Amino acid sequence: MSDSKAPAAPSPKTNRLGLVLQDYRGAKSTLCAGCGHDAISAAITQAFFELGVDQHDVAKLSGIGCSSKTPAYFLGRSFGFNSVHGRMPAVATGTNLANRQLRLVAVSGDGDSASIGLGQFVHFLRRNVRMLYVIENNGVYGLTKGQFSATADVDSVLKHGTRNDLEAIDTCGLAVELGCDFVARSFSGDRKQLVPLIKAAAAHGGTALLDVISPCVTFNDHDGSTKSYKYTREHDWALHEIGFVPGYENVDVEIAAGETKDVELPDGSHITLKKLDEDYDPTDRLEAQRVLHRAREERKIVTGLLYVNPESRSFADALEMVDRPLAQLGEDDLRPGAADLAAVMDELK
Amino acid sequence: MVVGAGWAGARAMTSTSGPGISLMSEFAGLSYYAEVPAVIWDIQRVGPSTGLPTRTAQGDVSMVANLSHGDTEHIVLLPATVEECFRCGQEAFDLAEEFQTLVFVLSDLDLGMNQWMSDPFEFAEPPYRRGKVLDAEAIEKVGKFERYRDVDGDGVPYRTLPGNPHPQAAYFCRGSGHDEAAAYSESAEVYQRNLDRLARKLDTARDRVPAPVLDAMEGATIGIIAFGTSDAPMKEARDMLSAAGVATDYLRLRALPLNDAVTEFIDGHEHVFVVEQNRDAQMAGLIKLHCGDVAHKLTSLLHYDGLPIHARFIADGVTAKVGQKVEV
Ligand SMILES: Cc1ncc(C[n+]2csc(CCOP(=O)(O)OP(=O)(O)O)c2C)c(N)n1
Ligand code: SF4
Ligand SMILES: [Mg+2]
Repeated sequence: MSDSKAPAAPSPKTNRLGLVLQDYRGAKSTLCAGCGHDAISAAITQAFFELGVDQHDVAKLSGIGCSSKTPAYFLGRSFGFNSVHGRMPAVATGTNLANRQLRLVAVSGDGDSASIGLGQFVHFLRRNVRMLYVIENNGVYGLTKGQFSATADVDSVLKHGTRNDLEAIDTCGLAVELGCDFVARSFSGDRKQLVPLIKAAAAHGGTALLDVISPCVTFNDHDGSTKSYKYTREHDWALHEIGFVPGYENVDVEIAAGETKDVELPDGSHITLKKLDEDYDPTDRLEAQRVLHRAREERKIVTGLLYVNPESRSFADALEMVDRPLAQLGEDDLRPGAADLAAVMDELK
Repeated sequence: MVVGAGWAGARAMTSTSGPGISLMSEFAGLSYYAEVPAVIWDIQRVGPSTGLPTRTAQGDVSMVANLSHGDTEHIVLLPATVEECFRCGQEAFDLAEEFQTLVFVLSDLDLGMNQWMSDPFEFAEPPYRRGKVLDAEAIEKVGKFERYRDVDGDGVPYRTLPGNPHPQAAYFCRGSGHDEAAAYSESAEVYQRNLDRLARKLDTARDRVPAPVLDAMEGATIGIIAFGTSDAPMKEARDMLSAAGVATDYLRLRALPLNDAVTEFIDGHEHVFVVEQNRDAQMAGLIKLHCGDVAHKLTSLLHYDGLPIHARFIADGVTAKVGQKVEV
């Protein structure tokens, strides 16, 4: 047993801003009843409520797809941008450059990020823009009626019998390989794991990738699918039990050796990882590669915090950008004077 | 990237040439329809496809004028000199933010990548025009904010920037159908109303973009319309023509959408030549669309071998039509 003092109390009615859960909801969802994506929206709502995040500091971004519609359904007081298919990462990068103070929360689909948008996805991870990047992974293009996406497993079968001949692209495997400093996988049906992962991802200083298996009840939830509720539950391999203590709570997290791992993030928050079957060190990139490969071989879905490097250097830091958002710079900051222009002109004479 | 930055409130631009614009054309529609300021410089080169990537052309005019699927229209600036490119730097941002839309600047390979002589640039005195942006205080003052409502009747709505703490400030920006309050809508009526407002907005822009420049000659009945890097050879060609007794008036276009100055110019002349560096008379096509039944007056002089257009080509084209021989 861990003797961590992390509060296990049920969430209070109001958070540190005096707001209630309802204040963090968005518009009513138009997705199919039972769609995994709605459960993820609910988890994001809960996580941000419990963290007491000021919604005005958040900008929501997405591409195109059922998943990408969801930012309208949570954090209704935040600005949102539902952009174009597969190219949300470019829009998010621009948003971050214009205002690095905004906390970016992005939702994408497996089609959006792994099919059409794979190039954007890869470059985004390389840049390490500070953002919570959720991929709602159902193995199909839900919005366009359920064709296989690039994350569909080989030999999984569509409702009408079409078999997928190609190997899946694993977004988590790619992210680990590309140097992403926060990589996690979860399941929309496992809110206990998902909510603390979202909180931890939101506290991370760079890109935090969260690939969430999110069954499409309309097109990919039958026998033969490897992204159905049933299949995911039966093949879930959870690495650890995860907890999150936000920095502002100022609790001393004491860890019993060998049982629970503690990862401290630069903002003073703690991720606690309680051992399940085997030891797992999420700060070891090779270890992450190993479990991902093993999961593929054993046809399991490995969930939990796969990799974290708390000392992540974000894009804005790499560019040595000023703290003040570029969007708030006025003419006085932006326009050199007449004398500066004259000096340049003299040089060119 | 510039669309994301423009949405978040920074002045953002990128530069590319034809292939880059073809590739990214979906964003042009997003910028237009979601009303996000952005600036793209197009250093035009010879197409189609990879074409002659190291040669010059004015072949992207019709592409950028209405780039992207659906009904779209963009503001386009047409600088003719390096000095004008310098001034376009600010003008393009001002227009993008004033009209909350995409602005293209059409330079070309000749202008953008060769060495040019120029007088020293003058310092631009006018302050930046940042458009209708409401901060929290301003929303409080007006009492109500709806992102896409045409409050002033000019088609240009008010916008807020992410991070604005006012409870009414946040809105959901999207490329799908939306109503005045930025809520998702598939209503036929709402859609059409919004599209009509966007047309009204571009109509407002028509008389606010840089106006065409008229250079008249005593007694001219022949008019010539040109733009961009055709300007320098135009000056030389008109001297040649004038020496041969052919007086010409010259209207240099500096921006799209076109306005009534072009119609008046055509109405005031017997023959009007449209000089451009592409095969398909792209600008002449836009002129015909804007000015109506003027096709019988227009003659296109089209230079499209990838090399910069020259004065002899223009002068010969004019005299071939009006039956005068130019001696040099
Ligand atoms: C450029 C472009 N190509 C294709 C489409 C059509 N389209 C819309 S959503 C989508 C796939 C969405 O799949 P995914 O990202 O997995 O989201 P889901 O609906 O499964 O949540 C496609 C192909 C589009 N909108 N834009
Ligand atoms: S089609 Fe599938 S992914 Fe889309 S809303 Fe319905 S269940 Fe969800
Ligand atoms: Mg999908």
